[in-house]
Amino acid sequence: MECRSEFRGGAEEREAWVSESREVAIVGVGQTDFASLYAVRDTQRDEYALAAQALKDALDDAGLDKSEVDGLLTARVGYNRMADVAGIRNPRVVNGLEGSGRMSGVSLQHATALVATGMADVVACVYGNNGRSVQMKYGGEGGGPTAAYDAMHGMTSPGAYVAMMYRRYRHLYGAPEDALAPVAISNRRNAARNPVAVMREEIDTERYLSSRYIAEPLRLFDYCIINDGGVAFIVTSLERARSLRKRPVRVAATAAMGDLTNYYTSTDMFYGACQDVARRVYARSGLGPEQMDCLQVYDNFTPIVLFTLEGFGHAKQGSAWEWIRGGRIGFDGERPLNTSGGHTGESYMQGWALHVEAVRQIRGECGDRQVAACHTAQYMCASPIVTSHVLVGE
Amino acid sequence: MNAEAFRSLLPEITHVNGPFWLSLRDGQLILQTCSDCGERRFPDSPVCPRCLSAQSTWTPASGRGTLWSWIVMHQKYFAAFADEVPYAVGFIQLDEGPFIISRLLGDPAALACDMVVQAVFEQVLADRTIAVFQAAS
Repeated sequence: MECRSEFRGGAEEREAWVSESREVAIVGVGQTDFASLYAVRDTQRDEYALAAQALKDALDDAGLDKSEVDGLLTARVGYNRMADVAGIRNPRVVNGLEGSGRMSGVSLQHATALVATGMADVVACVYGNNGRSVQMKYGGEGGGPTAAYDAMHGMTSPGAYVAMMYRRYRHLYGAPEDALAPVAISNRRNAARNPVAVMREEIDTERYLSSRYIAEPLRLFDYCIINDGGVAFIVTSLERARSLRKRPVRVAATAAMGDLTNYYTSTDMFYGACQDVARRVYARSGLGPEQMDCLQVYDNFTPIVLFTLEGFGHAKQGSAWEWIRGGRIGFDGERPLNTSGGHTGESYMQGWALHVEAVRQIRGECGDRQVAACHTAQYMCASPIVTSHVLVGE
Repeated sequence: MNAEAFRSLLPEITHVNGPFWLSLRDGQLILQTCSDCGERRFPDSPVCPRCLSAQSTWTPASGRGTLWSWIVMHQKYFAAFADEVPYAVGFIQLDEGPFIISRLLGDPAALACDMVVQAVFEQVLADRTIAVFQAAS
């Protein structure tokens, strides 16, 4: 069928649309200084201002002008106000995702799909959060009709639902009292080498074990650091990426699977969904767990690191608590993990800043915490939406 | 416990879940049950998650279940529970299949994964009774 009228033409446009999917790269990343934001609470701090600042940094990092952005995906901040604040009036693709941590991985996946299919050329993924200043607690709030059946028993907060899984994990696999300490300690050790990290003081096992319980068996040091901040990344085609400022970081594979029930507690600790996602990202990228130079693991609470390592085949089921011991996950270890300090050391940016760290590690921009010869990175999020990406430096 | 703060946490009684709350006052746990395929579910939801049927009835549950895991809450998230910390909360699989969250009565030191637990009924407000769980005798 031939298109009539003034819309006819655009052979290149049609060519781009029907051609095979394009390879995709992250070309710009930006984030705020989490430590200085943590130092001063400000109830008037604007999450859109934080998001816009990160967007500006990400565009500068890529060497792109804002006018080249034709796709906008936001999380936590709404897309309409974000577009208005940032002066992105006519994006060709635009959407807003909710402010839950699982959405950072989803955001990169959507951006990747949009660029791969030609729905957009340059997608900005933008996140802003003023959670510390407005005293977000991720517990004790409403939560809807089904959450009330838990709240009436004093049950609330994602940490408590994760603690349920961790107690069960200890029961099944014999993990001892200090099994999570290596995660908390390693995150702090990495954070000590990250100038924008909030918690830069190192801790030891004794200090870890002496910290108070929040939802027992989880302690204070198992919990992420709620903070203010903004993060953004810019995604475009690999072809375009080659002419931009920085080393392109190719999205070699990405996959997801829901594990969606009435509870954050998953009765297999997200294992089945992680295994399915793992199979797909390893097959699509042609790389296996041993070939990942650094791991960025969504660690809202430290037990999730164990569940993730097992679900994604880095450690055998039930053994991650042993596998992480002896410095294996340090920035200078065999399988560096959460090199920026993760959510318990750097800042809880709901997975967003972990994406930035993955890109910067591949580019060799991480200073004192730089992983030697880092060319690949894997992001993993074990949550009600399990996501993973394999990123490769070009 | 602060009764008014506690009341604000309770699920709203609706025309769908009304029988559930009425039954608790009589000391009986009941579950929403699909009229077409018999699947039982908790909490109440608009259609059967197995066959999508919107037709359901309420049928008695044994009140027995297995403790999958539990936590001891130390943090004061809710004003209503500020004087209760630390308290134990369990994630229980009812014998009929669905999972339920419940406060656990008794000594937390005696709790164990996979132990059998049984519902008991607590009148928490003049017009509200809830099911909480303890080790089965």
